[in-house]
Parts: sequence; C-alpha cells; structure tokens
Amino acid sequence: MVKSKVMTTSIPPCQRLLQVAMLAVLALASGLAAASGGARGEHAGADIRDVASLQRGARNFVSYCMGCHSAQYVRYNRLGQDLQIPEDQLVRDLMFAAQKPQETMTIAMRPDDAQRWFGVAPPDLSLIARNRGADYLYSFLRGFYLDPARPTGVNNLMLANAAMPHVLWELQGTQEAVFEEKGTGEAVQKVFKEFRQVTPGKLSPGEFDGFVRDTVNFLVYVSEPMQLERQRLGVWVLAFLFVFGILAYLLKREIWKDVK
Amino acid sequence: MSDEADLSRRHFLTIATSVVGGVGVVLTAVPFVQSFRPSARAQAMGGPVEVDISKLEDGAMVRVVWRGRPVWILRRTKDMIGRIEGEPAALLKDPGSAESEQPDYARNPLRAIKPDILVVVGVCTHLGCAPIERFDVAPPDLGPDWPGGFFCPCHGSRFDMAGRVMVGSPAPTNLPIPPYRFIGDHMVMIGDDTGVKA
Amino acid sequence: MSAARSRAAVGQGRFARFIDWVDERFPLTAMIKEHATEYYAAKNFNAWYVFGVLAMVVLVIQLVTGIFLTMNYKPSATEAFASVEYIMRDVQWGWLIRYMHSTGASAFFIVVYLHMFRALLYGSYKNPRELLWIIGMVIYLALMAEAFMGYLLPWGQMSYWGAQVIVSLFGAVPGFGAELVEWIRGDYFISDITLNRFFALHVAAVPLALILLVVMHILALHETGSLNPDGIEIKERKDARGIPLDGVAFHPYYTAKDLVAIVIFLALFAAVIFFAPEMGGYFLEHANFEPANMLKTPEHIAPVWYFTPFYAILRSVPSKGWGAFLMLMAIVLLFFLPWLDRCRVKSIRYRGTTYKLALGMFVISFVALGYLGLQPATEKVYVYAARMFASLYFLFFLLMPFYTRAEKTRAVPERVVYTASH
Repeated sequence: MVKSKVMTTSIPPCQRLLQVAMLAVLALASGLAAASGGARGEHAGADIRDVASLQRGARNFVSYCMGCHSAQYVRYNRLGQDLQIPEDQLVRDLMFAAQKPQETMTIAMRPDDAQRWFGVAPPDLSLIARNRGADYLYSFLRGFYLDPARPTGVNNLMLANAAMPHVLWELQGTQEAVFEEKGTGEAVQKVFKEFRQVTPGKLSPGEFDGFVRDTVNFLVYVSEPMQLERQRLGVWVLAFLFVFGILAYLLKREIWKDVK
Repeated sequence: MSDEADLSRRHFLTIATSVVGGVGVVLTAVPFVQSFRPSARAQAMGGPVEVDISKLEDGAMVRVVWRGRPVWILRRTKDMIGRIEGEPAALLKDPGSAESEQPDYARNPLRAIKPDILVVVGVCTHLGCAPIERFDVAPPDLGPDWPGGFFCPCHGSRFDMAGRVMVGSPAPTNLPIPPYRFIGDHMVMIGDDTGVKA
Repeated sequence: MSAARSRAAVGQGRFARFIDWVDERFPLTAMIKEHATEYYAAKNFNAWYVFGVLAMVVLVIQLVTGIFLTMNYKPSATEAFASVEYIMRDVQWGWLIRYMHSTGASAFFIVVYLHMFRALLYGSYKNPRELLWIIGMVIYLALMAEAFMGYLLPWGQMSYWGAQVIVSLFGAVPGFGAELVEWIRGDYFISDITLNRFFALHVAAVPLALILLVVMHILALHETGSLNPDGIEIKERKDARGIPLDGVAFHPYYTAKDLVAIVIFLALFAAVIFFAPEMGGYFLEHANFEPANMLKTPEHIAPVWYFTPFYAILRSVPSKGWGAFLMLMAIVLLFFLPWLDRCRVKSIRYRGTTYKLALGMFVISFVALGYLGLQPATEKVYVYAARMFASLYFLFFLLMPFYTRAEKTRAVPERVVYTASH
C-alpha cells in the first residue's frame, strides 16, 4: 500500500473527493444512456426552447387530443405565459367555452364513461412525456398501421393492441406495417421492417412528422413546465458555489499553514 | 507564497467566507419563504367573480364570496342615497374615507362607481365579524339617530349605507371596498378593475 | 482609535459576561470545547473522512425540505399523486423543494455508502469503536426504513408496487408472516390506510429516531476519538498539555476543511437538481410519473438503486423464505464486522494482501449486485451472475475470521504519516 500513501500526499484531498464524485456521476449518467437505448423508436428531436413549435403543439393538442385526454395539472394562464400567447388569443384558440384562463386543462368526458367506450380510460397527459419519454410518444403517434383484427381497425407498433384509435389518420393517411420473418423453426420471429403508405393523408409524410414533433414537444413542456427556469437558475447557483468554493479553499489552505 | 501564517490574510478570508456563506444561506431561504405565498391554485381560486345584477331590485342586496370573504352588492334607493348625502360629517369617524381601504374610484361620499350600486366587503373592521343589514330608519333598538345601514352584532359597530363607520363604534375604519368594475349595465366583476379610472 | 478600542473591549466584556451567565446555567462553552475547539482529530484525514459531515448536511437538507413538503402534501390515496404535482407546478418554488428532497434521498445513500466503505478501509469499526459502528448500522437501517416509506408517498406506480413487493417480504417470516403483512398494511392490500401510516412514520417517528441516533453516533465518536487513515490511536501520544501530538482541533482546522468538501458536494447536488433531477430515471423513476394502479403491475419493476444490491440477493434465491432470510443476513452480518475481523492492524495501508483482495471482491460484488438488481428478472445470465456475486458477498464475512487471523501485515508506524502541502 506504499502507492496509496504517495497518492495521499501528492494530491490534495479535496481534489480527490471531486474526482471520486465526478466518477460516480459519470457512471450513473452512462448507465442511463445504456438503459434508455433499449427502446426501439425514432428520435423525436423535441426542443422546448422552440416557442413557435410549442405554440403549434398546443393547438394540435387542443384540437386532436383534448377530445379524450385531459392535462389536468396544466393551467392555461401558465401556458400563455410560457408560450408567449396573449390572453385573448389563449381564450379564443385554446380554451373551451366557460373556462377561465387560470383553470387547468380538464375535459368534460368522465373517466367511467370513457372506460365503457374504449375499454380503458384515456390517461391524463400532463406527465406522459416524463412517464414514457419523447421518443416513445413520437414513435407511438406515427406508429399506427392497418390491422383488420382490431376493433379500431388499427394496431400500433409501439403499443401492441392499443385501445386508442388512429385519431390523426386524416392527416397521416393510412399505412400498413411490413414484417420480416427472422430465424428458423421454433425460433422464428416477426420483425418489423418498414411502413408502407396505403392512402395519402392531408399532410405529406414530412409535414406529418413535423406535426407530431410539435405535439410531442408540447407534451414534453407540460410534463415539467419549469424546466427552462430551473436550468437558468442552476447556472447562477453553480456560479455562486464556485466563488464560495474558491474562498473556502483559500481559507482552508491559510488555516492549515499552522499544521506542520 | 509564504508558509507562515498571515493573520491579516486569514482574518480577511474568514470574514469573506462568512459573508459569502451568509449570503448563500439567506438566498437559499428565499424559496422557502416564498413557498408560503398563495400558490397558483390559490390565486386561481381567488380570481375575479362575475355577478349578474340585472334582477337585483331597489333596496335589495346580494351576497357573493370573493377570496373567502363575503362581498355585498346593494342596489340603493334614491331615498337611501339622499340620506347618505345628507348625513352630518360629525357623526362619522372617517367621512372622506381617508383612513379606509378602498380603490381610488370609490373614495367618494357614496363609496361607489355608480351611485346606486354599493359593492362592499361584509367584514367588520373591528374584529372580523359579519355585520347585519338594518336598512330600517330609526328603529326602537338602534335609536332615533339610526339612518339605516349595517350593524355589527358582536361589539355594536355601526355603518351607514355607504359602509362608513359612525362615531362611537369600536370599528376604526369604514368597511373595505374591493376592486371591481362593470361589464355593461348588468354585470359586476369583483376582484378585477382593469380600465376603471379614479 | 484608543477610544474605539476601549469601546470594543467594553463590548467584549459584556459579551463575555453574558456567556458566563449562560455557562452557569448551561454548559455552552464546555460543549463547544469538548466537541469543536478542543476535540482533537488526527491531522492526516484524507477525502474519505468527509462523508460523515456530508451525511449531516444531507440530513439537515432532508429535514428542512421535508417539513416544507409536508405543508402541501396530502397523505391520501385519492389526493397524494395530485398533491405532488400541485407542489411541482402550483406552489411557488415547490419544484425546487421537492427536487432537493428527492435528490437528497439518493445523495444520502451515496454519502452513507461511501462513509461505510471508509470504515472498511481503515478499520473504523474495530475495538474500541464497536458501538460506534453498531449505532451507525442502526442509523443505516433507520435510513432504509425512512427511504422505503417515503418512496410510497408520491403514490405513483413504482411507489405502489415497490411497497407491495417489500411489504410482502415480511410474509416470509415463519409462523405469522401473513398476519404480519396485514398488520403492516392495516388493510388487505396497500391502501389509503397504509399510505397514511407510512406518512406518519416517515415525517415524525423515523426522523426523530434518526436525530437521536445521530446524536448518539457523534457522542460515541467523540468518546473514542476519530481514527485516521493510518489506523493509529493518536491519544496514545500526547504533549505536556495533554494534547495529542498528531491531533489538530476540530475547529478551526476540520471545520475549514469540511467546508470545502461541503461546497463541492453542494455543487454536485445542485448540478443534479437543476440539470438532471430524474438522473436518468434512477433518482426519480419514469414509471412513477403514472398514478398508482392496483390492477396493473409495471412491466419492469425494480426498487430504487440504493436497495438493488439486497434486492438482487433476494431474487437470486428460488425460494421466498430463503431469499428473504439471506437478504436479512446480508445486512445483519455487517453488525458483526467488529468481531469477524480478527486482524490487529486497523488501516488497509498496513494490512495484508488477503484483506485487500477480499475487500476488493466485496466492493465489486456489492456494485455488481446493485447493477443486477436493476436488470429484468428474465435473463438467466443475470440470475447466475447474481448468485455468484451474492456468494462472494457472504464469503467476505463468513471467511473473515480465518483470512484475517493469519494476515501478513506490515509494521504500523508510531506517528501518523503527514506532509504539510504548503
């Protein structure tokens, strides 16, 4: 253990602590990358700094999702503030009649009715992006394909036998999924190869991807409305701790001059 | 740099570290203190209240709740208005509403935007009881001087038909007037006075 | 100038008189001397020695943020999930307080695991510090209970099913397991009633116990004195005034040094809170952003990362009773460490190769078990790996009396090894 003794004296202890801690953080972070890499699906490319995209996403959400899904923790006025939508526009474009700007994005459909109609109650979407991740949502919304065996006429690549109908079919058109058989004998597996457009939609495939991206982007925003604020504040906090740390280190070094 | 202890440097660093650390503690306390303020939900529930007064008759009063407090809306008759205007200032503690709580547009003898409509918070400024309406003039129990108004049963504070406190009452100031505005002729919005000029 | 100085002297005189007044009624100065200005610790502490004070810092963070969360949280099955989102969105700065608390929970375990590893490195549990170690182990147990019960409170899917699994473990107790599980839940399933009592235990009972235990831990430490990376008892060599030759006063020397560590820790802590509060799903799990649903188990259920080493041991045994027993033993054995280790030398610096190898294997096993506990239970490879590492984990303890007795140690110096860095 001679080596360790040399290290003790050559590197200041606080520096070594920093190294240990940094390593721990890095290890965790790389673990996360490995853990989330497993899910199939496309990259959504959500960016909540893109206010125009969030505004479009909010409109998409209200027009296409809020028939069945609420976002019951999201307040309209907070939305207006963060997405830079003036109040009159907020009321006109995004809100239902008889709602006030300070209220949350609730819907009239009752969960027990929904349960009867769809088999499962459509979940509230306030936190869906934190629950499932943006990439999953992006792939899910683009992943409906024709399947006559299903009561809705469609199945979903990300969520097999999804109860949700293909709400966006007018925009996307319809598509079928092409599967390949891989392996032999007992181990044969159907593996997804690609989608093939059956009927065209109102939007081109590129436009539709943009539509979905905006919508997912909006869901990422509502899942944690304060995320930009917290990052902004974080910079200041770290800057403060940096200055404080330098002072504390100089003080420690000064005081430890006594120790021979 | 010398290895010897430098006392003035040490003194400076001790002070600097303490001050910066103290600032850090104070700044950290800010979010915790702020978290006691009304939340977005409390603010939403304390939002403006719309009241339809088209069916409110002369001399009648309607009660609504705004921010957990009773707000009274009273349509005063010509007679009531006349009595308020004829009241001697000597009978009132704060006739000009100089010490009382109201928006500037209600700092007038009738304490109102429109002379006939009184909007007032029904909480006695003494100890928070709810005064009762006694619009009858000179009843036996309140004496011959009673011009009609509000009487607090807890400690006997007396207010006239404009919510002004009378001399001899324990209540220090007039009943508070909340911010409000009219939408058309028949709607009152309590808690919102954007666009109302003093 | 002289007037100012004399005024200062008068002021100081007044302050000193006030302190005298207090000291006659409460041992203030005596306590400050005993625990700070005249508490002597070896001057050669390295970075491993900061985790005790960091654990105190995290404890304070958890207590303060916890109290503020309690003000807006509702411990009821119908309202708990929504009240957490209320804190996150509607309460001013609620998100910051909540992230501090959720990050603090993981930080607590990181710091405590490193603190315990320090004890393994330098023999801090050995005679005369056995009680210090045992009190510390009780703190660790209380911390696990605190974390487990706190984890139910957000009432998300992982909260619910995690509690379901861990509470069911008590069913493995022979004889009255089923009754015990029912008693813990107060119901026939994890319900509003369970949530309500876990809340009471999490915010009142266990924190009180923790504070008491921490005070006992510090008193025990100051009774025996802190050890050091050389494993030398500095009390054995004192100068004429009775001050250990290798000791420095805790204040100002270690307060100044610990402050640097605290700031570095806070910077890392803040980095997580402000830039990665979920820490990739390890500190706040993705599945927990869905309200508890007693009809639908999440596809992949694993406890929070700090429990996974023990969870992996539990899972590696194909019998509920034995799995639970071994998991319990994995913790219980730690209590006996002071008596399992027969080596006279304390610090790893002077211990033999066998202990270094054994400790290395133990750390690898613990980390590997932690990793395996996070993986899905379906892969056979993981199950075999977990069995291997669980065996190594237990062998570290069970063989310890043998490999430590015959250990070839190096000569321990008489004085601590320290070179002033400036």
